[in-house]
Amino acid sequence: MVKSEEELSWKDLGVGCVVNEPGNASQYKTGDWRSIRPVWDKEKCIRCGVCYLFCPDMAIGKTGEGYFETDLYYCKGCGICVQECITGCIKMVEEEE
Amino acid sequence: MGKRIGIENSLAAAEAIMMANVDVVAAYPITPQTHIVEHLSELVADGELDAEFIPVESEHAAMSVCCGSSAVGARTFTCTSSQGLALMNEIVFIAPSLRLPIVMILANRSMSGPLSIWNDHTDVMSIRDCGWIQVFTENGQEIFDHVMFAFRVAEDPKISLPLIVNVDGFTLTHVIEPIEYWDQETVTKYLPDFKPVNVLDPDHPVTMGAFGMPSIFTEAKKSQDQALINSKPGIVQAWEEMGKLTGRHYRPVETNCAEDAETVFLTMGSFGETVSIAVDELRKQGKPVGQIKIRLWRPFPFEEFRQAVQGVKKIIIVDRAISYGGPGGPVAGEIRSLLYGEDNMPVITNFLCGLAGRDVTPEDYIAMYEKSEAMKGIVREEDYIFYGVRE
Repeated sequence: MVKSEEELSWKDLGVGCVVNEPGNASQYKTGDWRSIRPVWDKEKCIRCGVCYLFCPDMAIGKTGEGYFETDLYYCKGCGICVQECITGCIKMVEEEE
Repeated sequence: MGKRIGIENSLAAAEAIMMANVDVVAAYPITPQTHIVEHLSELVADGELDAEFIPVESEHAAMSVCCGSSAVGARTFTCTSSQGLALMNEIVFIAPSLRLPIVMILANRSMSGPLSIWNDHTDVMSIRDCGWIQVFTENGQEIFDHVMFAFRVAEDPKISLPLIVNVDGFTLTHVIEPIEYWDQETVTKYLPDFKPVNVLDPDHPVTMGAFGMPSIFTEAKKSQDQALINSKPGIVQAWEEMGKLTGRHYRPVETNCAEDAETVFLTMGSFGETVSIAVDELRKQGKPVGQIKIRLWRPFPFEEFRQAVQGVKKIIIVDRAISYGGPGGPVAGEIRSLLYGEDNMPVITNFLCGLAGRDVTPEDYIAMYEKSEAMKGIVREEDYIFYGVRE
């Protein structure tokens, strides 16, 4: 998509608003929904990857050091990673903070 | 052209759908649409029509199946009435937003309650704003012709919108009339193969019916509205070409004795024929009366309508549905709105009649004319009248 959704005029829309390119869910910024975000404490993290496995949006990825972080473009702030984390190393913080 | 035969209009409609080489029929039986669907089912069972007849469990499923079959590029037909349309309602709005060229015959019947199987226009008016192309027919021949017209227009790649052919229940569906069948050669000439604009195909994946955020919804609706407005030239062209092939000429707004008329009746559907008898009688009495029939209800033919009422002093609008607690019948409400602010705006009188199949005779129309003659201006209490109601 050349234009973002906010820039499209009604004339840019195809017949029946059909989406012709598959796999474009990745362009959808679900991070907008978030009011709280996960923060990892590297001291406690054992790099097990449970948070990565459970993230329903596949927003969590591995850093070069083997730790985990979330992609804030997609992370909705659901907190499932916090719930599933074995060591309790993740906590949710308010976006305003 | 083909042969002229006496046949029940519903059976002729089913045979027209067969001649149009439909691929999928999904429908649930409901009075007074039943004979159309029953006959289609027979034609498929007897091997005369090579199509999928899907006997669904409800009208909601019928329209859902139609969306699916149209989306994969199958020529698709369904048919319903009244409560069936109400049950289908959710998906009826989705078909035009996806620009799926489904054809529906709506055998017009009143909405319950009281429970009624008889004819009026309360069903179609309940989906007035659904986004389908909507046309009205007046007799069996018009139904037959408009089956061909419907597929041709709906599937026109420049249009690609679903289309409803309104057929008055019983008054048209259950009568035997002489109908001139088209020959197959003419059908083939008039109705090209369906080449869908979008197709659901696993080899070329697309998403139909995607989620629309508030940031894009208004644009989607504007685009849909414009598509319906832009369908008019293709609609007119389809009628013109049919005129050349059949000698029967249809227009968005049709008139009878309206050129020099001071008062015109305005109807949609089969009531037009009865009104024409009343117009003849009133003309014999020297009254300057004519009639206007709206054939194309959506997209509304504003230009043709304004042209048709040029010089008219009074419009008697015959409505067959009620907008409870509103501005009278839905047709009158729209006509008042579109003529508002015009120079020499005609006086509009609005009669609600023919509800749930109650007969309206030529004498009744003459009585409406006489009553409206006494009404000289827009008087709020007279904005709409339940004609013939027992006080």
